[in-house]
Amino acid sequence: MATYTLNVNGKTETVEADGAMPLLWVLRDKLDLKGTKFGCGVASCGACTVHLDGKVARACVTPVSAVGAQRVTTIEAIGQSKVGQAVQKAWLDVDVMQCGYCQAGQVMAATALIAANPAPSDKDIDTAMQGNACRCGTYVRIREAIKTAAGVDKKDSREV
Amino acid sequence: MADGNIVTSRRFFLFASAAGGGLLLAGCVTPPDTTDGAPAVAAEPAKPAAPPINMDHYVAIAPDGTIRLMAKNPEVGQGIKTMLPMLIAEELDADWSKVVIEQADADAKYGNQIAGGSFATPNHWVPQRQVGAAARLMLIQAAAARLNKPVEEFTTEPSMVVHAASNTKIPYGDLVADAAKLTPPEVASLKMKDPKDYRIIGKPMRNWDSPKIVRGEPIFGIDTVVPGMKYAYFEKCPVFGGKVVTANTDEIKALPGIVDCFVVKAGGPIPTKMGLLDGVAIVADDWWTAKEAGKKLKITWDEGVSKDESTALYDKQAADLAKAAPMSNLSKVGDAAAALKGAAKTVEASYTYPFLVHAPLEPMNCTAHAKADGTVEVWAPTQRPDMGANGAFGLIQQALGVAKDKITIHMIRGGGGFGRRLDNDYAVEAAAISKQAGNIPVKLIWTREQDVQHDPYRPGGYHNFKAGLDKDGKMVALTNHFVTFGRPNDAGVMTLLASANSPPQEFPANYVPNHSYDQSMMMGGMPTGPLRAPTSNAVCFAYQSFIDEVAIAAGKDPLAFRLELLNLPVPTGANRTGMNPDRMKDVVRLVGERSGWANRASLPKGVGMGTAFYFSHQGYFAQVAKVKVDNNGAWRVLKVWSVGDVGSTIINPINAHNQVEGSIVDGISEMHQKITFDKGRTVQTNFYDMPLLRMDYAPQIDSHFHITSFNPTGLGEPALPPVLPAVANAIFAATGKRIRSLPVNQNELRWS
Repeated sequence: MATYTLNVNGKTETVEADGAMPLLWVLRDKLDLKGTKFGCGVASCGACTVHLDGKVARACVTPVSAVGAQRVTTIEAIGQSKVGQAVQKAWLDVDVMQCGYCQAGQVMAATALIAANPAPSDKDIDTAMQGNACRCGTYVRIREAIKTAAGVDKKDSREV
Repeated sequence: MADGNIVTSRRFFLFASAAGGGLLLAGCVTPPDTTDGAPAVAAEPAKPAAPPINMDHYVAIAPDGTIRLMAKNPEVGQGIKTMLPMLIAEELDADWSKVVIEQADADAKYGNQIAGGSFATPNHWVPQRQVGAAARLMLIQAAAARLNKPVEEFTTEPSMVVHAASNTKIPYGDLVADAAKLTPPEVASLKMKDPKDYRIIGKPMRNWDSPKIVRGEPIFGIDTVVPGMKYAYFEKCPVFGGKVVTANTDEIKALPGIVDCFVVKAGGPIPTKMGLLDGVAIVADDWWTAKEAGKKLKITWDEGVSKDESTALYDKQAADLAKAAPMSNLSKVGDAAAALKGAAKTVEASYTYPFLVHAPLEPMNCTAHAKADGTVEVWAPTQRPDMGANGAFGLIQQALGVAKDKITIHMIRGGGGFGRRLDNDYAVEAAAISKQAGNIPVKLIWTREQDVQHDPYRPGGYHNFKAGLDKDGKMVALTNHFVTFGRPNDAGVMTLLASANSPPQEFPANYVPNHSYDQSMMMGGMPTGPLRAPTSNAVCFAYQSFIDEVAIAAGKDPLAFRLELLNLPVPTGANRTGMNPDRMKDVVRLVGERSGWANRASLPKGVGMGTAFYFSHQGYFAQVAKVKVDNNGAWRVLKVWSVGDVGSTIINPINAHNQVEGSIVDGISEMHQKITFDKGRTVQTNFYDMPLLRMDYAPQIDSHFHITSFNPTGLGEPALPPVLPAVANAIFAATGKRIRSLPVNQNELRWS
C-alpha cells in the first residue's frame, strides 16, 4: 500500500492503495465515483473510458501508480466542459440509450473526439469510437449524436 | 421532466386501494414460459388468484400536481420503465412534464414481474391503461362533487379536470385529497380514450433514466452501496457443476485486505446448472483486492461427469446421429418420403450454429445481506425475481432455507439482460456468501471471464434438411432431422436442454403439402438458457437460409418464392397456429419495396442483397440486408431494411426503433461469435475472443413499422431472428458461397 495524490475532476484526492490497483477501482470503490464502469478488465470494451489530460484512457488497465500528475476527468464532471455538455445534450436529444451501461464510456470517447476534431467525418467516428462496444447496438444513434453535438451534417455518408 | 429525487420530499395521496369489478392486476396471468424452453427442474408454485387492481400501487398525486407512477417490471435496456408508465399516464390524462417514475421492488402485489419473452406490451396494454382510466374517473368524480354537477359534463386536459359549461378548470393536485377517498370504479364503467386523442402514447418519450446515465449517476446494480458492505469474488469449477475437494482458504485469509475466505457448498435447486454451485468465496475490503487474491487460490476439484466433453466430440456425435435412424418423429403431414422420391428435383443441406454467450456489458453482480434475524435483503439487477425454479426468490428461499416473506428484493437497473438475468445464480451466490461471511452485507461481482465461462449458453444445433421441388419449381416436401442436446431428468429420461428445441411446426411446416420433423439428442453437460429471441435466434438462420437455397434451386426470386410459400393452402392433416400468413405477406412485400429489391441485379460483383422473414413473440418482421464482400473475404453489412408489424400502436416510437436497430446489430454480432468447449469447460474468455460488433461494422438501418388493427405486441426480441439469414443470403448473392455454418468464416468467402 502507498499513498497517491490524484487530480480527479479538478479536485485533489489522496488515496491509500496498492500501486497496481487500476484507476477504475480507485475511482469506483475508494472515491465513490461510480459513473466509470467495469466491463471487461482488459481494455476490450471501453466501458471504463476516462480522460487523462483530456485524452482517452481505459481506467481498467491504468494502474493508479501510473496516473501521476495527469488530470483525471470522469463522466461525473464531463458536463463542466462546453464540448462535454454538448455531447450530453445530443445524447439526450437523440435518446441514444438502451441499457445505458456503456454510454458513460461512449460520451467520454465522443467528447475527446470532438474536442480534438470539431467536425469529425464518418471515418473519424469509426476510428475514434471502435474501442467502445455497445452490447445493445446503439451505434446508429451514437453516430447521429456525435454529429449533432459537433453540429455537422447528420447524414451517414458511408457506402451503401 | 421532474427529477425522481423530489418524491421523498412531498406528501402524496394514494388512491383508495382496491377497485371493484374484477379489474385484473397487470400481468397477473402468467404467460407460457417460452422464454425458458426447458422443463422446469423444480415445480413452479401454484399461481395466486388474480387480485383486484390496486391503484395505490401505481398512482400517487401530490397537491402540487406531481404525479408519481410506479414502473412494475425490471429494466434492462428494453425501455419498459418508461413505457408502462406512459400507458397509465395516457388514460390518466397526465401532464407528462409533471410525472415522476419510480422503480417498483419485487412484490407479489404487482403480479408477474419479468423481462422476458417480449410479453410486457401485450400483457399490459389493457390493464395499465385501466389503472390510469380509473384514477382519472375518480378525479372527475371529485370535481363533479365539488361543483355539484353531473359527472357526464366533465372532461380532462393534461392534469386538469375541465367543466366547460362553467368555464372551470381544476388541477389534479387540487382534487387528489378528495379523489383518494372515493371508492374505485367498476371496470365496466371505464371509458378508454379514442386513440386519435392520445397525447402520450405514440409520441417519442425519452427513456426516463437517460439524464442520469449521461451524468454518470450510480443507478446500475453494480453501483449499489450498503453501509458496512464488503466485496466478494467467487470461483467455481471450470467444468460445469464440479465440486470443491480442497482449497487453500487459510492461506488466502492471511493475505492483506482479505476479510474472509471459505468454501461454499451447492444448495437448493440447480435448474439448468444455474443455481448455487460449489465454489470458493473471497471477501475483502474492496473488490479488486478480492479478485487479485483469487489468482492465489489453489483448489482441487471433483470435475464430475462432464469433464471429457468437447465441441469436437459434439460435432462428431452430431454427424453420426444425422446418419442414424432418428430417435423420435415429432411432426408428420402427408408423406414426405414418397414426395421426395417423386420430386423433379431435391435439395439437401445441413446447417449448424454454435453455442453463444449472453455477455451483457454489466458483468453479473448482486449485493445481498443475509441478516442475523433471518431476513434477507437483496439488490439485484435481475430480469426475473419470481418464485420459479430460476427466479431470485425461488433460488434464495430454497438454497438458504428462508421463507419468501423474509426476503426483500430490490430490482436495480441492469446493464443489459438479453435473457442472462432470467437466471439468478449470481443473486443466490451473493446471499449465500453474505450469510456464510457472518451475516455481513456483500457485493459480489463476477469478472468478464467468469461471465463468459459460466453462462446459461444459447445451445448449438444441427439441422439436416431435405426438400423436394416439382417440375414447376413448387416446394412439395420438407424434412428435417434436428440433432440437439439433452440430459437425463430425475426419472432418467433424456430431456432437451433449455432452449435446445427447434419447433416441429417451424415454417414452412403446415404450408408445404408433405412434411416430417425428426429429432435426436446427445448429452450436453453445460448450462443453457434463453438468449434474446430464444430458439428463434437459432432456427431462423437454418430455416430461412435453407428456404433461400431451395428458391435458388427452383430458379425463383427468393422473396417471391417466400410469398409463394405463404400463399400455399393448408395441407390435409396440417394444423396452423401462431403466424397469420396475411400479416407476414404484407411485411415481406413492403420490405421488398423499401429496399429496392427488384433492382438488385444491377449490383456489382461482391455486393448482394438477401432477405428473410420471421414470426416470433407475436411480431412479424421481414428484412433485407445488403452486404459487401471484398475479394479477400472481408465482409460487412452496408444496410438493413426492416419492416415490422407489431399491431395498431407503436407506443414509444423513439424506443421502438432503437430496439429494432439494436436487434439488427445484435444479430450481425452473433454471426461473428461462438462458444466452444474443451475438457468440459468453455474455451473463450473475454471480448477479444468473443467479439462484439463495433461502430465501424454497424450498418445503416431503415426501420419501418407497418400499422395494422391488431393489439400491440412487444419489441425486445422479434426484430432479431431474420437478420442472420438475411445477411447470410446476401453473402450468397454477393459471392455464390452459401453460409451453412456460423460464425461466418471469412477465409471461405474469398473470390476473384
